[in-house]
Amino acid sequence: MANADCIVIQGSNMAECHPVGYQWVTEAKARGARVIHVDPRFTRTSAVADKHVPIRAGSDIVLLGALINHVLTHDLWFEEYVRAYTNAATLVNEDYRDAEDLDGLFSGFDPETGQYDMSTWAYAENEDGAGGHDGKVDAPAGDPDDGAEAGAEAVEEAAGQQLGSGGAPMEHARMLHDETLQDPRTVFQILKRHYARYTPEMVQEVCGIAPEDFAYLVRSITENSGRERTTCFAYAVGWTQHSLGAQYIRTASILQLLLGNMGRPGGGIMALRGHASIQGSTDIPTLFNLLPGYLPMPVAGTHDTFEDYLAAIASKKQKGYWAEADAYTTSLLKAWWGDAATADNDWAYDYLPRLTGAHGTFQTLTSMLDDEVEGYFLLGQNPAVGSSNGRMQRMAMSHLKWLVVRDLNLIESATWWKDGPEIASGELRTEDIETEVFFLPAATHVEKSGTFTQTQRLLQWRHQAVAPPGECRSELQFFFELGQRIRERLADSADERDRPLLDLTWDYPVDAHGEPDPEAVLAEINGRHLTGPDAGRPLSSYTEMRADGSTSGGCWIYTGVYADGVNRAAARTPGQEQAAAAPDWGWAWPANRRILYNRASADPEGRPWSERKKYVWWDEEQDRWVGDDVPDFPLHLAPGTRPDPDAGGAAALAGDDPFIMQADGKGWLYAPKGVLDGPLPTHYEPQESPVANALYAQQRNPSRVLFARQDNLTAPSAGEPGADVYPYVFTTYRLTEHHTAGGMSRWLPYLSELQPEMFCEVSPELAAECGLEPYGWATIVSPRSAIEVRVLVTERMTPLVVRGHTVHQIGLPYHWGVGGNAVVSGDSANDLLGLTLEPNVQIQDSKVGSCHIRPGRRPRGPELLDLVAEYQQRAGATVETGNTRIDVPGTDRSADPDTDPTTDPMREH
Amino acid sequence: MGQLAGPTDPTADAHWEHSHARKGFFTDTSICIGCKACEVACKEWNQNPQDGELELLESSYDNTGALGASTWRHVAFVEQDSERIEEARESGRKLVSLGMPRVGPPEARPQPAAEDTTPPDTPEFRWLMSSDVCKHCTHAGCLDVCPTGALFRTEHGTVVVQDDVCNGCGTCVAGCPFGVIERRTDGTAAPRTERDGQPGKPEVKNVGVAQKCTLCYDRMVDDQTPACAQTCPTTSIKYGEHEDMVETARHRVAEMHAQGRTEARLYGANELDGVGGTGSVFLLLDEPEVYGLPPDPRVPTADLPRMYQRAGLAAAGMLAAAALAFAGGRS
Repeated sequence: MANADCIVIQGSNMAECHPVGYQWVTEAKARGARVIHVDPRFTRTSAVADKHVPIRAGSDIVLLGALINHVLTHDLWFEEYVRAYTNAATLVNEDYRDAEDLDGLFSGFDPETGQYDMSTWAYAENEDGAGGHDGKVDAPAGDPDDGAEAGAEAVEEAAGQQLGSGGAPMEHARMLHDETLQDPRTVFQILKRHYARYTPEMVQEVCGIAPEDFAYLVRSITENSGRERTTCFAYAVGWTQHSLGAQYIRTASILQLLLGNMGRPGGGIMALRGHASIQGSTDIPTLFNLLPGYLPMPVAGTHDTFEDYLAAIASKKQKGYWAEADAYTTSLLKAWWGDAATADNDWAYDYLPRLTGAHGTFQTLTSMLDDEVEGYFLLGQNPAVGSSNGRMQRMAMSHLKWLVVRDLNLIESATWWKDGPEIASGELRTEDIETEVFFLPAATHVEKSGTFTQTQRLLQWRHQAVAPPGECRSELQFFFELGQRIRERLADSADERDRPLLDLTWDYPVDAHGEPDPEAVLAEINGRHLTGPDAGRPLSSYTEMRADGSTSGGCWIYTGVYADGVNRAAARTPGQEQAAAAPDWGWAWPANRRILYNRASADPEGRPWSERKKYVWWDEEQDRWVGDDVPDFPLHLAPGTRPDPDAGGAAALAGDDPFIMQADGKGWLYAPKGVLDGPLPTHYEPQESPVANALYAQQRNPSRVLFARQDNLTAPSAGEPGADVYPYVFTTYRLTEHHTAGGMSRWLPYLSELQPEMFCEVSPELAAECGLEPYGWATIVSPRSAIEVRVLVTERMTPLVVRGHTVHQIGLPYHWGVGGNAVVSGDSANDLLGLTLEPNVQIQDSKVGSCHIRPGRRPRGPELLDLVAEYQQRAGATVETGNTRIDVPGTDRSADPDTDPTTDPMREH
Repeated sequence: MGQLAGPTDPTADAHWEHSHARKGFFTDTSICIGCKACEVACKEWNQNPQDGELELLESSYDNTGALGASTWRHVAFVEQDSERIEEARESGRKLVSLGMPRVGPPEARPQPAAEDTTPPDTPEFRWLMSSDVCKHCTHAGCLDVCPTGALFRTEHGTVVVQDDVCNGCGTCVAGCPFGVIERRTDGTAAPRTERDGQPGKPEVKNVGVAQKCTLCYDRMVDDQTPACAQTCPTTSIKYGEHEDMVETARHRVAEMHAQGRTEARLYGANELDGVGGTGSVFLLLDEPEVYGLPPDPRVPTADLPRMYQRAGLAAAGMLAAAALAFAGGRS
């Protein structure tokens, strides 16, 4: 980021939530970069940016789409980059229909399941393979009847993120291209058509952004992109936590590809992760549908054999490194089951559990409410405060037989049974709750060693500073011992289902306190040679992994962190004592590479785009790629190389295919597969919105995951009766002074005194409209709950005029919770939120909701429930409200009057 | 007693025989992100108790209010509209034309990109953040009035309280023109519960004793950076030799003025002011009053020579008058 000439921070409050990372923005600014903050609120980030552009929460795709449209129509795209490095020239299936053709739906939508059949989105493909490859065909070719589609089949069952960055398999050799970019079926022309209606006027209409501000933004990013300059985007959960969050980031990716800002210093899109090692927890995942290194979790019925499973990840005939997924998977299975993983049992593939559907945290939640879950572990998580629809979270826990909370303090998720909001409202009585709650004190990050993986994929080793007090233990020790105890219990079992547990390699060396050696775990993750002369030697690179069982490795992308037996994550050479890219500070996956796809920092001939932005280039004399970073490309693959059309994997890469994890080696302006809710991002309104969708009759993302339940009602949106009952938009966020749900900050006096009380932020206009007194009390009501807050009236909040009416936005930090143990407590903003999920990654839409605000404190006891119910009735909110899939023009989108709200909650996901 | 007013080297003035460079802070408020890490790092290192009331202070994001016995770094938050920003630009511009010392950028420093020197559009709104701290004045009111010698001038030119010498008389509290030093009354340093769920045992040290920033004297003697500067993520708080800090500050103001941001000005860098210049200098974006800083701080002891002179004159006059009266009586 320090190398950027312009930084756009959107969907993130970087200075407040990532103050340490913000030093690089400060550095860039000191070097002359322009910093722009696009956000519903004027925050501490806005205060140190060159400009703040207020935006209506949930409208970002319109703004980004308009930037794309402007760049395309004014010929401001980086032509040489786009032609060589993106799929702009690739032809798309003839049967593809855009959302612009179908009033908000792409071709292939099934209204019953809410899912798309993606076959029509695929690349057009020449049946006999004669269509050429690697951009050598100059005109669209072939009778469409002879055409097949590249790589769409396997996608339906598997969520997008399960398939790694490369998506489902696809064969590169059969694709068709039009290098003139004129064929209407080229990605380039489809893109142009798709964003043609995303104009500055539309931006003003939908986002509430003035044309001058839009012009400033356009000027800033286009003047700071190209050969000599680069622009960087930074986002956080302000982009992801929407019912179409993945598409927000896709839109930015398209823009950055068009401007040639990917794979270059000071470019890219920085995904700011929420707290320490959240990146690590997706690399070596705590997610239900992923195995380490973004390998998918097998699905029952689809991936029954090892062969089926591997075929679904990658084709041996596709380009790039996903083609070696068999080696990564086999090495993982060898790391987990050692000698029990043999060629005869497909490396113990059948020991892996199988998915039978979505098993995310919110599906588990509803299963808990249905008494289908007996026990629950909470590790560093405080769902009673930190998760959407807090009441549902706490009620669900009351259905458990047992609950284990491992945390630093007695968080609200450990005490809801005695002092939670439902005890106060009378919905739960302590003596009736049968859940047995175990609290196990946990060691903090300074009381144990290990790695953090941060936003730049950098693994940094943390040395233990002090021993944990009393009974506090690290997670590593806890799970190691839990595993040991379970294995002891099962030791004599002859049951087949216990084999995976009994055959696990579970043999870490421990110290005098019983703490397993975390470096031994790191070494296992790195992997080693198992046979031959090198047996026992750590692997140096994932390219050494083999599918024949001769290597092990717990996470292929981390291979190299323990090369030569050295803990590279612990490297600590100060920045001023080493090269600019700082390769000797920590270790970045993969292969200690600091910028991904950095082949794109050189032109197709391998020369730097400019002296100023020189990073990785081809050295003719040495016959290899050289530069400031580890080249993200086969080291000796010369720029002009053309691969054998029958080749697969890395051998199939051309000398100008910088996007080596994509099945065609190109950056995807258009996603022919892998994104469940559309090949191109398009704007839909949030689940709850005060305005109707200006682009389509289709109001909401048709593929979103719904939880249509009585305890999760949705406010009516614009145009629906009752929308005026919850007229204001609220958005939730964090403050620098606290950490998420407060478990690490509200128990600390030094942090608690800095932000002691729950508050909301409103504009002076809204305060006047609702009679709110500065620093007085207010009650905020949503269809889920009502909370009380102190009122900060500030000009930092700006009312926006959107589609002819004024939209007021209310800001709500979500750090406080109701309980008796913390230094400070208060009502939780997450109690107001409903549950609707994004279909690709199953993230909740917690950045925007509808509410009402009124002066004064909220009622106590059962009267609180009465207040919430009274609003629901006035709004006519039922389980149907907002939960229809398709909004056809001319039809009444209001709830069915015959629906009885008292019937059993219906579920749909 | 050393010099009471005007430019001087306070270390030499305090008769330190070995030479140490005077140390100080430069707080550049233009890059402060208001994260308050300085407040927390300060309390953590110095083991100062929580002193906030755990209630909103009704002052934007500021809930600790001001510097005091237990808060030695304090971040102010000021919300301003465009009219006020324009006024600040104007007043800052005038400061320069009034002959504020301007030092050209040293040769070694790279000049920032200077293609566009037109003033930026005045934003409609701004949110000022500024981390305040003890000024470690050249002529320190607290030190000069201290009757017990608990306050002393260190070899680095800073001013530090010796907790075990202070008798809590409070004279220094009135002696500080910035309202920095105070006596510690109460507060709690520990959470309500220990990690094992047992009730905590708050222990507060130095109750009743005058307390203020030591510029982390205990770190400084080991060549360590003070906790606040060490933790500041954006280098808004810089620490080093006082002379370099003033130089850096002047360069930064010149740079901002060149960019049209004429609201920038220095605070504390003028050795001709009422405290002989401060050891902690600041770059502010508005009048000092906006941040709760006195516009023209003056150490009470600065007037001592004149007062003594006057008093002496008056005494002499009285004596003379008395003598005259007696002399007259005789005649």
